[in-house]
Amino acid sequence: MHELGITRNIVSICGERAGGRRVSRVQLEIGRLSAVMPDAIRFCFDVVSQGSVVEGARLEIIEVAGLGRCRGCGASIALASSSRRCPVCQSLDVELLAGDELTIKEMETV
Amino acid sequence: MCTTCGCSEFEGATVSNLDTGEVASLASDRQNHGRLRESSKHRHLRSDDPGHPHEHSSDHSHTHDHGHPHGHDHVHGGEGAGDQHSHTHEHRSREADPNGPPGSVPPDGLRGAVGAMSALRKDHTPELISLEARILEKNDRLAERNRRWFRSRNICALNIVSSPGSGKTTLLTRTIRDRGAGAEMTVIEGDQATVNDARRIQEAGGRAVQINTGSGCHLEAEMVARGLLELAPGAGSYVLIENVGNLVCPALFDLGEQAKVAVLSVTEGTDKPAKYPHMFRAASLMIVNKIDLAPYVDFDVNTCIALAREVNPHIEVIQVSATRGDGLDRWYSWLQKQQRGQSGEARS
Repeated sequence: MHELGITRNIVSICGERAGGRRVSRVQLEIGRLSAVMPDAIRFCFDVVSQGSVVEGARLEIIEVAGLGRCRGCGASIALASSSRRCPVCQSLDVELLAGDELTIKEMETV
Repeated sequence: MCTTCGCSEFEGATVSNLDTGEVASLASDRQNHGRLRESSKHRHLRSDDPGHPHEHSSDHSHTHDHGHPHGHDHVHGGEGAGDQHSHTHEHRSREADPNGPPGSVPPDGLRGAVGAMSALRKDHTPELISLEARILEKNDRLAERNRRWFRSRNICALNIVSSPGSGKTTLLTRTIRDRGAGAEMTVIEGDQATVNDARRIQEAGGRAVQINTGSGCHLEAEMVARGLLELAPGAGSYVLIENVGNLVCPALFDLGEQAKVAVLSVTEGTDKPAKYPHMFRAASLMIVNKIDLAPYVDFDVNTCIALAREVNPHIEVIQVSATRGDGLDRWYSWLQKQQRGQSGEARS
């Protein structure tokens, strides 16, 4: 349940950057390969934000699919969390292009 | 939140120094304000002067995350006549407490995180703020500080991860008894509860601190920094960090280690590297432990290794029995190679 600690980080970072204003919306980007579950973040967010300037803010989560590029044959590959084998040339030398995101993209204050 | 390091909240987390018997709370005053006022001093590891930690009281960064009315009087109506009284509650919040300690006002940037709702600024129009902030930035920053500190002292730090019961502690006690590392080896033990593992290290002749994470499922960089203060490992030594038994969360939290070592025992499933790809991808070495039991269990070593290499083509593999001793010479060689790598890196 590392999502609880991660959500605390989210609320803390947003609060620091809000400069004393209420936060009305927070947008996160969470990659499907990041080992963080968006639903668990949503679950924790309301609880963790209580009493802070982030309380009541709308939480938007953009889930990013795993994407890689084979260094062997150059193919673009949809990546799942387990194997990163290139389906074209079977190489395991695959560069991760997207899917491990764990960022706060933006937020809105009122 | 501590404004020196940004210490976060580690509810119920403690660090135990078995040499001194001292047990300190790792939790910030966020959860404990009003109760830990006197005792919640904490110390910081400084990269420039690790042997001389500075100490400061947590009062200076007292955090409120709930809004109290301040200095209110209220009346209790008792059963009998004439026992009404009033008294004043003092809720100390930085915004409303002019008598607070001098350090109690945080930098402006932190006000928002902790401000009581009543102190919100209302003179602003809606604003879109682009952050692009990494959520684990704080842990990563503290991990990098640990890493610099290790490098400055030629210390080889390894993060040992596994499921519960794979034999991490047995591997470490055996390594200490055999003096397999060829240099001083101290241990930071991470468990949710008990100091049992640190005690086992001590009984084997090693020095250890125990970090109990309470509700936490992994160690974080700040906990390790706190453990290092207690351990004060010597230059050129090894620090082995035995993480909480868990193959998920510890993969996300950098501790400042030189490498992660994933321990897997043959009494677990053959396909564990495929089931927990994050951890095996992050590890430099996979130790297959309890290899003496392989003939008695349904575990295919070669398939397990193939699955590990499927998620991490570069992972090294050593098969050992920490109790019987099989393969330990290879583990000790690997350890010593890591220390040389550390020294080489530090020189360059």
